[in-house]
Amino acid sequence: MCTYETERIALTGSAKGAEGWFRATDATIYFDHPVHFGAGHALMVDVINPALGASSRVGLELNAESARALALAILRSLDGIPAGLLES
Amino acid sequence: MTSNLRAETVHFDSYDGKSVEAYVALTESDDKVGGVVLIHHMPGYDEASKEMVRKFAANGYDSVCVNLYHRQAPDVSSDDAAAAVRALGGVTDEQLVGDVRAAAAYLRALPNSNQKVGVIGFCSGGRQSVLAACSLDLDAAVDCYGAFVVESRPESTMTSLVDILPDLSCPLLGLFGLEDEYPSPDQTETLRQLLTKGGKEFTFHEYEGAGHGFFAVDRPSYRPEVATEAWGEIWKFYAQHLSGKK
Repeated sequence: MCTYETERIALTGSAKGAEGWFRATDATIYFDHPVHFGAGHALMVDVINPALGASSRVGLELNAESARALALAILRSLDGIPAGLLES
Repeated sequence: MTSNLRAETVHFDSYDGKSVEAYVALTESDDKVGGVVLIHHMPGYDEASKEMVRKFAANGYDSVCVNLYHRQAPDVSSDDAAAAVRALGGVTDEQLVGDVRAAAAYLRALPNSNQKVGVIGFCSGGRQSVLAACSLDLDAAVDCYGAFVVESRPESTMTSLVDILPDLSCPLLGLFGLEDEYPSPDQTETLRQLLTKGGKEFTFHEYEGAGHGFFAVDRPSYRPEVATEAWGEIWKFYAQHLSGKK
């Protein structure tokens, strides 16, 4: 089914999409039908900048296990960095 | 029957005065024919949806699919448009009804129209097909595994259609997988009871060995034997309700 539920967060950073690098301002996260990944449902992440248009997007479609592993790896990476570097 | 057809992208004004993009496939028959409005699924106005539009024309119906995401995300790929519209909160029921109304008017204005128009939708479009049939004067509606017809989605704008089911304007064909959880067989039974109580004309088929998305040829949920049988039901249903003169 389509879940219709979407998490949205503000971002500070950059992403590289089909048209090159762009400044990323937002991300949406949802579990729904993927476009390319061969599964009924997937954890989807869209890193976007709506002000630049719909094509300024980096999309991810992951199975649930991969998505959790990615999330935990991001947290481990950040936890291992000296606090002073995180402020830059 | 296989008809010659012509397929192209067109633009026409919708309910809000804005021009919307649509993909049409028109039969090249001089005979009067019925029309089908296809509502694309939530992943977008994509190749799979356009293929179905052509399938309807090949089977003798003028067919159109409005790009529901055109207003917010014109001239981008279907997946980028779907992501952008989702980030903005999705398509409202008001827009859906307005765009289907405009699409039906487009079909009825065609020189070979017999003035009969059906609607069909898959997944999110299944609910929207029922919504359109409860809101507009249509001649036949097909709901392919649409969820949230008889129940609302908590913390979502996706609301139940129970209150408007008495306004259903045409016969309804429902095609569901018994292994689907949204809609579940229990929810389909609830819809069956509501339609029966309301004296509405409907036919439901529930298929064993199929879950959600059994028509989707490009997804692992595809069940070819079930889909073939269900397409047969669609052709029978539309032949009954969209042929002849209105």
